This record gives sequence, C-alpha cells and structure tokens, in this order.
Amino acid sequence: MIGYILFGLVALVAIVSAVGMLLSTNAIHAALFLVINLICIALFYLGLNAPFLAMVQITVYAGAIMVLFLFVIMLLGAEQVTLKSQLKWQAPLAIVLAVVMIAATFLLFFNVQASGGLSPLAPISEDPRQTETFGSPYAVGEVLFGAYLLPFEMTGVLLLVAMIGAIILTRNEAGGMRDEQRAASNE
Amino acid sequence: MLDQANFLVPPIYYVALSGILFILGMVGVLLRRNAILIFMSVELMLNSANLAFVAFARSFLDVNGQVFVFFVMTVAAVEVAVGLALIVAIFRTRRSIDIDELHSMEG
Repeated sequence: MIGYILFGLVALVAIVSAVGMLLSTNAIHAALFLVINLICIALFYLGLNAPFLAMVQITVYAGAIMVLFLFVIMLLGAEQVTLKSQLKWQAPLAIVLAVVMIAATFLLFFNVQASGGLSPLAPISEDPRQTETFGSPYAVGEVLFGAYLLPFEMTGVLLLVAMIGAIILTRNEAGGMRDEQRAASNE
Repeated sequence: MLDQANFLVPPIYYVALSGILFILGMVGVLLRRNAILIFMSVELMLNSANLAFVAFARSFLDVNGQVFVFFVMTVAAVEVAVGLALIVAIFRTRRSIDIDELHSMEG
C-alpha cells in the first residue's frame, strides 16, 4: 500500500514538472523543471530494482546533460522565450492530436489488460533468489562487459566522434575573426 | 524492518506513466518554437522510453533491458552535445534560435 502512495506522489511531481516545462516562458525555469522530472525518473528506477541506472541517471542526465543545457542557454542569452507562434492553427491542432493520442493509448491499454494480453506484466515474479540480485551493479556490469562488450567499446568511439564534431561545429573560422567582426562584415 | 513487498508497484503503472510523459514530450515538440525547448522535450521523450524499458526489464526479470537503457543514455549525451553545438552555430549566423525564423532552407 505504501508503495502505491509513494508512486502516486512521485508520479504527480513528474507530470506536474513536465507540464511546467511545457508552459514556462523562461528557458532556465524550463531546464530546472526538467531536472525535477529527471530526478523523479531516477526514483522510479530505484523502485524498479535498478539502483545502478538511478545513479547513472542522476550523474549523467541531471548532472552533465542539464548543466550543458543551462550553459548554452546562458551563453546565448536566450532565457526569455515566447509561447506565440507564427502558425496560428498549429497549437490547437497539436493539443487536439495529443488528446486523441492519450485517449487511444489508454483505450488500447485497458483493452489489452482486460483481455489478459499483458499477463507477464500483471504479476511481478517474486522468486527471492532472482529479485535479490536483479539489477545490482554487479549483475549489470557482468552483462555490460560480457555480451555487450563490443557495443560498449563502440560507444567510446561514438563519444570521441561527438566531441570532435562539437569542437569543429563551434570553433571560429581559421582567420580568427571574432563573432562580432564577422557579423559586421556580413552586413 | 519494513516488508519489501509493501513497496512493490506493478510495472504496468510505470508503463502507463511513461506513456503520459512521452505524450507530454510530444506536445512540447509540437508547441514550442524555441530550438532549446524542443530539445528538452525530446529528452523528456527519451526518458519516458527509458522508463518503459526498465519497467519491462523488471517485469520479465531480464537485465538486458537495463543495459539497453545505459546505451540509450550514452547516445542521448552524444546527441545533446552535437545538437547544442549545432544550435550555437545557428545562433551565431542567424542571431536567433526560433525555428519559425529559420526558413533559409526552403526550396
């Protein structure tokens, strides 16, 4: 019972922070709302026997990625954003489509559940020998460095390529012209 | 000592929540015109998909799902680094990151 109450509370915070992110007119506030949302998801990971992923979620997402977001927002001075769009018909259409998609998802969901199609999901396997070690850093590491060793090494190459790409995309041109000078010479 | 069974919520609830968060992220992508906020909404969608992965991994007691989430997080970090570099580059040349104003690629 207490698990349901905790789940409901954290789920409420997650949904409210997601809606807050959608509606805020300040990009910094939106980023902070997203941090709350990511921490809520880390708590869900804890509830789903994934402590390793919860810690990775907090360090990588709420830490590194959101710091990068905040850094770019402040660097560009793009804090103030408007909700207005040049396409007047788009916002109502998007909301209508979202409501239709929510309705369709839940209809499908309850239909499948009523017909017992999601039987593996309904009962949680409660074999203590399995659940005790499931999702521990040891168990995850064993699979990560066993069956997934090659993909794991390839993500290292991927990160290197991304680092080089980000440097090349954001560097100044070889002439060493500053941004302001180049903007002036373009005009 | 609290009984651990009291804390167990069936994973189907997590899957439902991940659906809601995914749709909220989708609405964000459709509604917002600021490239950085669209990016944040994409992160929200990626996270909801990760939550569904972990929920299914829990219900099938299969650790492969958790390893996959680890890879999704790595790729998301790469995507954010390159994407934000692109946004900075666009802002330098156009002085704006409002996607409505970026019609220079129109045919």
